[in-house]
Amino acid sequence: MRRPGRDSAQSQRLITRRGLIVGGAQALFMGGLALRMRYMQVEQADEFRLLADENRISIRLLPPTRGRIFDRNGVTVAENVPSYRITMVPEEAGDVDNVIARLAQLVELTPEELERAKRDLSEARGDTAVTVADRVSWDDISRVAVNTPALPGVAPEVGLSRRYPRIGDYAHIVGYVGPYSERDRTRIDAPEQLLRIPRFQVGKFGIEAAYENALRGKAGTKRVEVNVRGHVMRELERQEGQPGTDVQLTIDSDLQSYISARLAGESAAATVMDCDTGDLLACVSSPTFDPNLFVRGISVPNYRELLENKYRPLPNKAVQGVYPPGSTFKMVTVLAALEAGTIDPEETIYCPGHLEVAGRRFHCWKRAGHGNVDMHRSLRESCDVYYYELALRTGIENISAMAERLGLGIKHDLPLTSVAAGLAPTKDWKRRVRDAEWVIGDSVNAAIGQGDVLASPLQLAVMAARLATGRSVAPRVIRSIDGVESPTGHGDDMGLNENNLRHIRQAMYAVSNSRRGTAYSSRIIEDAFRMAGKTGTSQVRSAVVDNNSVPWEQRDHALFVNFAPFDAPKIAVSVVVEHGGGGSRAAAPIARDITLQALYGEDPPLSAYPSKDRRRIQSQQEELRRARTRPNDGRSDRA
Amino acid sequence: MSYLEYTVKTTPTGLRKVLYLNWPLAILLAAIASVGFLMLYSVAGGSFSPWAEPQIKRFALGFAIMFTVAMVPIWFWRNMAGVAYGLSVLLLLAVEFFGTSAGGAQRWIDLGFMRLQPSELMKISLVMFLAAYYDWLPVKKTSHPLWVLVPVVIILVPAGLVFAQPDLGTALLLMLAGATMMFFAGVHWAYFAAVFSMAAGLIFAVFQSRGTDWQILRNYHYDRLDTFLDPASDPLDKGYHITQSKIALGSGGWTGKGFMQGTQSRLNFLPEKHTDFIFTTLAEEFGFVGGFSLLLLYTLILVFCVSIALSNRDRFSSLMTLGIATTFFLFFAVNMSMVMGMAPVVGVPLPLVSYGGSAMLILMLGFGFVQSAHIHKPR
Repeated sequence: MRRPGRDSAQSQRLITRRGLIVGGAQALFMGGLALRMRYMQVEQADEFRLLADENRISIRLLPPTRGRIFDRNGVTVAENVPSYRITMVPEEAGDVDNVIARLAQLVELTPEELERAKRDLSEARGDTAVTVADRVSWDDISRVAVNTPALPGVAPEVGLSRRYPRIGDYAHIVGYVGPYSERDRTRIDAPEQLLRIPRFQVGKFGIEAAYENALRGKAGTKRVEVNVRGHVMRELERQEGQPGTDVQLTIDSDLQSYISARLAGESAAATVMDCDTGDLLACVSSPTFDPNLFVRGISVPNYRELLENKYRPLPNKAVQGVYPPGSTFKMVTVLAALEAGTIDPEETIYCPGHLEVAGRRFHCWKRAGHGNVDMHRSLRESCDVYYYELALRTGIENISAMAERLGLGIKHDLPLTSVAAGLAPTKDWKRRVRDAEWVIGDSVNAAIGQGDVLASPLQLAVMAARLATGRSVAPRVIRSIDGVESPTGHGDDMGLNENNLRHIRQAMYAVSNSRRGTAYSSRIIEDAFRMAGKTGTSQVRSAVVDNNSVPWEQRDHALFVNFAPFDAPKIAVSVVVEHGGGGSRAAAPIARDITLQALYGEDPPLSAYPSKDRRRIQSQQEELRRARTRPNDGRSDRA
Repeated sequence: MSYLEYTVKTTPTGLRKVLYLNWPLAILLAAIASVGFLMLYSVAGGSFSPWAEPQIKRFALGFAIMFTVAMVPIWFWRNMAGVAYGLSVLLLLAVEFFGTSAGGAQRWIDLGFMRLQPSELMKISLVMFLAAYYDWLPVKKTSHPLWVLVPVVIILVPAGLVFAQPDLGTALLLMLAGATMMFFAGVHWAYFAAVFSMAAGLIFAVFQSRGTDWQILRNYHYDRLDTFLDPASDPLDKGYHITQSKIALGSGGWTGKGFMQGTQSRLNFLPEKHTDFIFTTLAEEFGFVGGFSLLLLYTLILVFCVSIALSNRDRFSSLMTLGIATTFFLFFAVNMSMVMGMAPVVGVPLPLVSYGGSAMLILMLGFGFVQSAHIHKPR
């Protein structure tokens, strides 16, 4: 037993008063609720009753039309085509298995599709529509439409589906769309209502993913009359959504598909860049894949095949593949030395075929040695010893700094999937990442683009463009969005000594046009289109063995970079052929063909090629013309 | 009556307590719960599964809990108030770190047979702790700034934790219930006046700042406010619930469409028809008569609670009873305002009627305290 406290009486008076006040307020609120209820149920009852009848009117979402993607000349790269699908609302269907079985008699469904439909149906909320069959033919749709009375909850629907008419040409750049999944939740910020659309498609890769928000658009709504089963009887009102924004790329489809065909059969990548604007005119990774497979939902065996292919079709080698740049890096080393004043262009260094550094012997690719070598000759004939010496004189910090000024070792800002940063190593980097001190041998290796140096084909093209113009040209892949031109990558003057640049350009010219140059056999005959380039061969393993006697995986990578025309550079090109062997033999001819094709805009005349090659080139041109991708016609996949 | 004149009567002991239970209150609770069973049977299309049957079992459990709690002397519960509050805060912290979340907001601990939402438990613990606090605090000190600050902290700690879950609706409910407790205890008018004017000023600022550089809320917050103020502007998401709910409710008319004849709730136009929006089914099928009757039942509960509170001379008992009544009131006031389109859609169930375990068991626990206070009042 507990007795009331000393001030109990005072306290209880207070509580009584306040309790009654609050109780009164609550009573008032209840009165308010009652009045509101009366108002709605008595005064407004007729109005609401009308609305209730009208409630057979339901609001449906109109998925927005996804923005299209074009190439620089307006060629369609990603479009939307009508597609027919069959949906089912489990609650309305009642006996789901029974209805599915009846549906399967009308529509051709593979066991896999049937399995997936059943799984989706069991996982879905009872009142949402589930896609049972996607991309069915018009015949199937009509059969279902006629039989709707026997198929409760089932509805044939017309939607738009993404299609990539240029098949594999753009797979790595444009990417593909796929059904929204839980995994996209962190990546994509989409309005909730859109995600209620069964298998709503969002960008998964490449530009489709990077520009998802712009491409998606906003959903519209329509009011439709439905019967108790949920079948749509007629449409009453429609509020159009906002279609997604169109995106125009800087890529030239003709060139892109030419390069795709030219690289076929190799594991390779090529980039063509406009020297003036930085526009990527082509950006090809080979082999490629068909993005349309992903839109439809790729099958497990198909996907495994892509994953296990030793040529790795899925990654975009042009921007995310990194390779030791090999001798194509020599321009960086020599420019760093010239700018630092550690070498004079006229000065000669003696190449006996090797150089001793810190007790180790570093070989030149030419075992017999080049003899006395000046700057011009060192680039033209790609003498390694000359660059070993430059590395000793100039130091890695100067070389790496120059590499970054030329666009290597930095991540270029492109809306593509996994743009690689490459690597321009420094002493600090090695300490941080490798936890080891920089040794002079590292500098020597780096000077010829081996060792730790890594660059992507894209970066190599940027380097060539910057050497050609002296400006910090930056790559650009989006030309305009919704008709609004994006800023170009024209770039500012880099403040490099024009004399030094001229020396390097002339030496590069000699690489492809002088009889002693390493790419002389891949020269262009026509004066207006002469190119200046540099070969590179990057070692995959350290021992020097004959490339033809080792398995493919161990052969050297072949590289070539160039710009053209020499007098007034318009384009910069880079080519990397994985395990292709020597740069002059495997990469230079491809780069030459690409350059000519890009400058002419069509198949160049045979007179541009060295006479002994013409017969071979002619048959190659014919073959490539046949192989080039033609947009497939608009037929549905199943029909 | 002074303390010295006070005559001590014995409180009932043992089984005799059952006779002193406030039976009308118990029967009212059972009546309201029965309305719930009926409606759950109806929305399931005339079937005890999946909702009515488990609900009946849960109410039986709730009733047993109320009965058990009522048998224990109220002063034992007062002594446990601090423990209950501390435990609830710990559980809130625990779910913050280890809890399961669904639908983004609700967090619970899975006990196997039910999912315990610590924020629900907090509703009772907070009321209990504040009642114990004011029972301990001499009346003279009630309005002293320092002793006003203490309950404010007691309220804001759990409210803040619930807000972080994030569950704005429950956090506001906790603050409102807590503030009402302070008001019952006799905290000076001026404090409430000050807080109200500050809140009004803040709301004014929130709306005035829209579209300016010093905008207080994020844009999507404003979008939500817009949706609440004009549901038609967003007919698909939150606005959809409200519009459909109003149509179902309004189309009921005077006497409704008849038991199990509600077309709106049956056609799946209305989501959550068995939980937060169950009142619309009642109003559609039984019309104004049905809805008003339920409102009357709720009112009677409040009347009984207030009379239990006012006839009790034990401060803790009075405050506790008023607090439980207020919590109960807030539940159905918010829920009914919501389905009638007078308040934003927040996840608050209709007490004892909506399908669901936590809220029902917690409320029955609360009424257990009310009954205990009634049985063990000083006589």
